[in-house]
Amino acid sequence: MLSVRGLNAAYGRAHILFDIALRASKGEVVVLLGRNGAGKSTTLKSIIGLLRPLSGEILMRERSVSRLKPYQIARLGLGYVPEERRIFTDLTVMENLEVGRQARREDAPYWTPTRLFELFPNLGRMQDRLGGRMSGGEQQMLTIARTLMGNPAAILLDEPSEGLAPVIVEQMALTIRALKQEGLTVLVSEQNLRFAHAVADRAYIIEKGHIRYSGTMSDLESNGAVREQYLSV
Amino acid sequence: MTALAARNLCKAYGGVQAVDDVSFSVAAGEVLAMIGPNGAGKTTCFNMVNGQLLPDKGTLEFEGRSIAGRAPREIWRMGVGRTFQITATFASMTVRENVQMALLSHYRRLASLFSVAARQHREEAEGLLERVGMRDQAERACAVLAYGDLKRVELAIALANAPRLLLMDEPTAGMAPGERSELMQLTADLARDSNIAVLFTEHDMDVVFTHADRIVVLAQGRLIAQGDPAHVRADARVREVYLGSMHA
Amino acid sequence: MTASAILIQFLNGLASASSLFFVAAGLSLIFGVTRIVNFAHGSLYMLGTYMGCSLVEYFGRTPLGFWGGVLIAGLAAALIGAMIEATLLRRLYQAPELLQLLATFALVLVIKDFALWAWGPEDVLGPRAPGLDGAVTIAGRAFPEYDLLLIALGPVVLGLLWLLLTRTRWGSLVRAATEDREMAGALGVNQGWLFTGVFALGSLLAGFGGAVNIPREPATLMMDLSIISDVFVVVVVGGMGSIPGAFLAALLISEIKAFCIGIGEVHAYGIDISFSKLTLVVEFIVMAIVLVIRPWGLLGRAASVARGPGTLEDPLRSPSRHLLALGVAVLGVLVLMPVLGDAYTLVLLGDILVFALFSVSLHFIIGPAGMHSFGHAAYFGLGAYGAALALKHLVPMEAALFAGPFVAALGAVVFGWFCVRLSGVYLAMLTLAFAQITWSVVFQWDSFTGGSNGVVDVWPAAWLGSKTAYYYLTLVLATAGILLLWRMLYAPFGYALRAVRDSPLRADAIGIDARRFQWAGFSLAGLFAGLAGALYAFSKGSISPEVVAIPRSVDGLVMVLLGGIQTLTGPVAGAAVFTWLQDTIARNTDFWRATLGVIILILVLAFPQGATGMLRRRFAREQS
Repeated sequence: MLSVRGLNAAYGRAHILFDIALRASKGEVVVLLGRNGAGKSTTLKSIIGLLRPLSGEILMRERSVSRLKPYQIARLGLGYVPEERRIFTDLTVMENLEVGRQARREDAPYWTPTRLFELFPNLGRMQDRLGGRMSGGEQQMLTIARTLMGNPAAILLDEPSEGLAPVIVEQMALTIRALKQEGLTVLVSEQNLRFAHAVADRAYIIEKGHIRYSGTMSDLESNGAVREQYLSV
Repeated sequence: MTALAARNLCKAYGGVQAVDDVSFSVAAGEVLAMIGPNGAGKTTCFNMVNGQLLPDKGTLEFEGRSIAGRAPREIWRMGVGRTFQITATFASMTVRENVQMALLSHYRRLASLFSVAARQHREEAEGLLERVGMRDQAERACAVLAYGDLKRVELAIALANAPRLLLMDEPTAGMAPGERSELMQLTADLARDSNIAVLFTEHDMDVVFTHADRIVVLAQGRLIAQGDPAHVRADARVREVYLGSMHA
Repeated sequence: MTASAILIQFLNGLASASSLFFVAAGLSLIFGVTRIVNFAHGSLYMLGTYMGCSLVEYFGRTPLGFWGGVLIAGLAAALIGAMIEATLLRRLYQAPELLQLLATFALVLVIKDFALWAWGPEDVLGPRAPGLDGAVTIAGRAFPEYDLLLIALGPVVLGLLWLLLTRTRWGSLVRAATEDREMAGALGVNQGWLFTGVFALGSLLAGFGGAVNIPREPATLMMDLSIISDVFVVVVVGGMGSIPGAFLAALLISEIKAFCIGIGEVHAYGIDISFSKLTLVVEFIVMAIVLVIRPWGLLGRAASVARGPGTLEDPLRSPSRHLLALGVAVLGVLVLMPVLGDAYTLVLLGDILVFALFSVSLHFIIGPAGMHSFGHAAYFGLGAYGAALALKHLVPMEAALFAGPFVAALGAVVFGWFCVRLSGVYLAMLTLAFAQITWSVVFQWDSFTGGSNGVVDVWPAAWLGSKTAYYYLTLVLATAGILLLWRMLYAPFGYALRAVRDSPLRADAIGIDARRFQWAGFSLAGLFAGLAGALYAFSKGSISPEVVAIPRSVDGLVMVLLGGIQTLTGPVAGAAVFTWLQDTIARNTDFWRATLGVIILILVLAFPQGATGMLRRRFAREQS
């Protein structure tokens, strides 16, 4: 569904990513693990086109998207949920969803506000509330719902558990599993290993802009040395 | 001798009590870590100490003088140095010039109109960079440095003030494990040798338990435990709300 | 004033507010989404007025002809705006803010000359609105029917805009992009079409605002800059990007102006105060007060931090041997010029030296200090007038030459106190406001400044009377001024200014009092701009309010930006090229403004980092 090869990226003159290679198959939940500043967010931003890569190939369903603009990539069925949530604070919940709305796609689940409110019952109860007047957990739900309105076949989730209360984190994990059930491909970046275990099928570990490890979650479970070296909190 | 004393600090935003009646103190030469889950009030506490936020209630004293509500620049003048969670340096200057700026400010020579800034306090700046292991990069622009290196430049900038109190907000975030320990070891040595009080927040428990003399734990805006590392590690409440099973 | 007079003035204010609101709402919309402060917005208003006049003549003075003409003029402005966005501004969204501004100012020049070519230099009087050309009696006084219609039109347009923005998908997209256009793009919103659409709507409002005013005001070539400074004030007072704020501010300012006219001359305590003369200044006073109390305007909010890559500046290095050698060689040639060149060359070189000093002093605050001033002409003008008036009333020329910079510095100290409290676009607008206040005072205080005639017979002392002697004086003082300013940038003071620009947070944390340094920097820049102004006054022998007007401030920006804001020598090179170019074009074509505008546009599109910045980058690449 989604594959990345030889991705290099920089902010100004600071080289951040070095030859990143990743892939995610249809219906798979893949986690990109790493610390603050390891390059997780930069990887996701490069994939969605917010940061123009120095080099490398990004393929969405075998089609190269590395030269496209973010809106074109989004319309090809790739959704992006940013770390800082970036809710439109002046817009209501319904208006936020409206901004995300795109045409129906044959190869991806079709979302309407009604269906989304089944997945996120809290949002259904505050349809006219301004984005700026929601709690962190509610905003996190809204930012995912807003992206789903684009009917994506795959989504990028940047640190969805960051700064959330434990109960909300649990809810978030359930949501991601539900999206997998719908057939969505999910690439999620995380620092929280427990959360990663709860949602992911496979993991990559990124450190200082290099992919250091890749394997299934159960392999990672049994590999204490890798966890210790790259992830010890 | 007590360097920093916080008593009964309170701060609320929009009805949420971010910090609720928190008291702690740091002695000269002591390294104090402040830990707790996200949203526990660490950053709020920290920003009250460094002058970015005004406490609703409570007192904050540095060497017996109140610092609550003073501007960051006044707090610097009293002999406090700080590093930021997200590094803040002067991107259009070299590493050495960044430290030279701090030195020029420390010696109150910033208003000079006609001397050449790059020639002022050059040796002293290089000495400070030597201490944090950045001397070989002195000529590079801060804009192109790696994140871990910027953290070290920040420490050198803070040290330029010959501080008696050092405030460090997540000093090792974004650094590799080896680098982390090295930087905090350096900080701890400095604290002991130069009798500097250090207050830092941190998420890396290895760093905290290895290098802190004492730890205060916040949760939901309240102070739930404090004491030496062994004591805090054994505290049932701390394990429940923060450490979990991994650090037992 | 009687009660009925007060009522009539109040209604007058309401009627003026409507058109002002249309134009301001358009600017605000465009700024909100694209973050471009569009100087050419006033030009679209001007085109709306001209086109409105012509179209109504063409369709005939019937109600249908009138309203058809007004609407089509608005639509034509929308089309022009969309074309400008799609062909030009779209390429500049990633460019530095000041460069975008420069490009839109180049458009002002082009459109002004287009209007000159199409409608000629004479004012065009518009027709009255057929069917609404009478007056009604209100409280015993006559009041134009058409003005009543305008009063109603303001709230109607506000309501329509509100519906469009809050009740349609397009409106949601516009508001989303205003808040975070990058995120909107990542959600699949095609910014290209959205931006073009917003530009078209904003331009429609400008053109319509101009066209609807034809029964009240003649079309003139001056109206582009006069409306744009009014509109800047309205948008800033209301809060950038806030449509209701623009409405409120348009009402507030129009009412205050109407009452100033209504009050007229007042004699109190033996002093005559002319309130009607205050109209040119009063809006800027309102703006200065509002910005100091509410730095983001009445209904505005703190600007979100700009996302996207900022331009990175290299550390300041000592000048290389080659550069020093080049500098000495240039100075050598300049010293020998009275022998080598003719009188004409000497005069041109003198102008270049004066503007090089002006440009370097502007660079001092907009480059290293990061304070984007749109009104640096204020200090040039205060220097010129200070010197000229000191010579007329007080002291000999030698002393007057130094009185000029002193007056300019005094102005910069006072204005700077307000300016350093703001940043970004708001700071830019406030500097523009102060320049405009200075201009108004100079323009209207006939008895002291000579008003629009200016001051004549401002000649240097006898021993400096020859072209050669005055050239040497200019050479010495301008070079000394430039070298002093540069030297300060290498000093701790200059570093402190850059520190505050690079990271206000860090600067504060190491004990730097940002405002105090910025204030001092602003005042010093004013001092040296004043020296340039004083030198200019004596070189020309007479000065007029033009030395303080908006185009002079923009000239300075053009010089700095074309030369390259990231280098120290760039502003000098920019001043030389610009002054020479302006002189050459002015001698060879009647449409020098348009030619200059086109050249600026080409340069901006070709070298978005400025010419010397580009040269240096290429040089660095070859070396590595």
